[in-house]
Amino acid sequence: MMEKMIFGRYVPAESPLHRMDPRSKLLMVFFFVCIVFLANNTMTYVILGIFTLVLIILSKIPFRFLYNGLKPVFWLILFTLFLHVFFTKEGEVLYSIAGLDIYEGGVRQGLFISLRFTYLILITSLLTLTTTPISITDGMEQLLNPFKKLKMPVHELALMMSISLRFIPTIMEETDKIMKAQAARGVDFSSGPIKDRIKSIVPLLVPLFVSAFKRAEELAIAMEARGYRGGEGRTKYRRLRWQTVDSLLIVSLLAVTVLLVIFRT
Amino acid sequence: MRIELQDVEYRYQVNTPFERLAIHDVNLVIEPGTYTALIGHTGSGKSTILQHLNGLLQPTKGKIQVGDRTIEAGKKEKQLRPIRKKVGIVFQFAEHQLFEETVEKDICFGPINFGVPEADAKLLARDALKQVGLGEEILGKSPFDLSGGQMRRVAIAGVLAMEPEVLVLDEPTAGLDPRGRKEIMDMFYQLHQERGISTVLVTHSMEDAARYADEIVIMHKGTVYQKGSPNEVFSQPEQLVELGLDVPDTVRFQLRLQKEMGVRFDKPCLNIEELAMEIKRVMKWGERS
Repeated sequence: MMEKMIFGRYVPAESPLHRMDPRSKLLMVFFFVCIVFLANNTMTYVILGIFTLVLIILSKIPFRFLYNGLKPVFWLILFTLFLHVFFTKEGEVLYSIAGLDIYEGGVRQGLFISLRFTYLILITSLLTLTTTPISITDGMEQLLNPFKKLKMPVHELALMMSISLRFIPTIMEETDKIMKAQAARGVDFSSGPIKDRIKSIVPLLVPLFVSAFKRAEELAIAMEARGYRGGEGRTKYRRLRWQTVDSLLIVSLLAVTVLLVIFRT
Repeated sequence: MRIELQDVEYRYQVNTPFERLAIHDVNLVIEPGTYTALIGHTGSGKSTILQHLNGLLQPTKGKIQVGDRTIEAGKKEKQLRPIRKKVGIVFQFAEHQLFEETVEKDICFGPINFGVPEADAKLLARDALKQVGLGEEILGKSPFDLSGGQMRRVAIAGVLAMEPEVLVLDEPTAGLDPRGRKEIMDMFYQLHQERGISTVLVTHSMEDAARYADEIVIMHKGTVYQKGSPNEVFSQPEQLVELGLDVPDTVRFQLRLQKEMGVRFDKPCLNIEELAMEIKRVMKWGERS
């Protein structure tokens, strides 16, 4: 029942994007999230679109898979689109129905915001789809290393992140199992009145929480039993290697930024 | 209630890079009042079949006849509740499904979902609790205060209280101690005998399959490899060993006797008493010749 979700999921494949250093990909995402806001006209959105498209092609993730995975978010995007279409009052009136005027500026604004949304989701999904959770946290830890001097608990944060990422699929699987067990006892999760459906969350959430807490405790004990004592003096089995493609990715992103600055109005 | 699977195929996560064929060309009939054991390796598709029996999964090909209801591939099925009432599933580690504040409420959960009035559900709960060998004093307790074995029993009671016509058991005794294991398996067998509940048992234990089942279905690589009575299935133990499956201890003993002492048995022995008698018979015959 939860198998369509793509967030936080890794799809193993051989692609240039898979081979890149997690640090470059993380920097790229961070940077991209910032420069998305530079775009403000058709040209700049097209540039961002091309960049996103190239990355998707490089990742070798099938379009259909991305499309299916993004379906749940489409409603959110559609909602923002409508919000803008109906409530932005700029430019000429294009159409008016039942006293509600639709302005040209509203349509434009709506489309742009939805595009921005889509780009952001696609790029961030690409990161998790092409990078194993372990490398993401490794990369994150390395990137944040300078902040250690400011007494920031970098290792602990990275550990927390890797644990949560690690358990997303486990908990999804468990959700699926419990949903099935309760469905077999007559709970209907997918149809019926809203009131009943909200009620049906309880038999799902309680067992899920119980097992999550139990698992957390077991994990803590297992870590302690194996002598875990925090990040001090800990060495790494997987070394991160910055390659030419990584520099290339960052350079191309810089180029995109320059283009955006030139073409924006 | 009769359940029939016709050319059933199921693929997980169709149209994604994770697409995986779980079962294919499965043809299986579960006659009313029978005890069927499904055995096979992990990943042979046992659990997938089991989830088809009450419409938790719908086949990607083929069809399933559950009583008078047909579930076909490609059709969106609504209102599966009647089927789910008649086919109760005890999942592996069933205690994970407990959630209510009290044992009583948790056992009543299923029956009430299927429209049984609360007073009647409470009676069913008491009855089910007795079935699984627990006392009424725990009715008011929180299920989370119980021991692991007790939790399992309460969860099983929650399924029994639904009064299913078909009981599907997915390794119901995994992780229990040997005594609890035997008690629970005997209890299911007794239910099967006394109330004529058809039972489908998914198990790794060849002993259990041999002891309780009328029919054994062997799954291999997502499809039915062999089916027959325990006698038929275990009369070719070499085949099972080749698949990497176990045979009951008694059959293994017979095999060794055959190999090391050159005696021949006419049929597989499925319990120790039978084996003892058979050895006695065969050895005497050996003396005479």
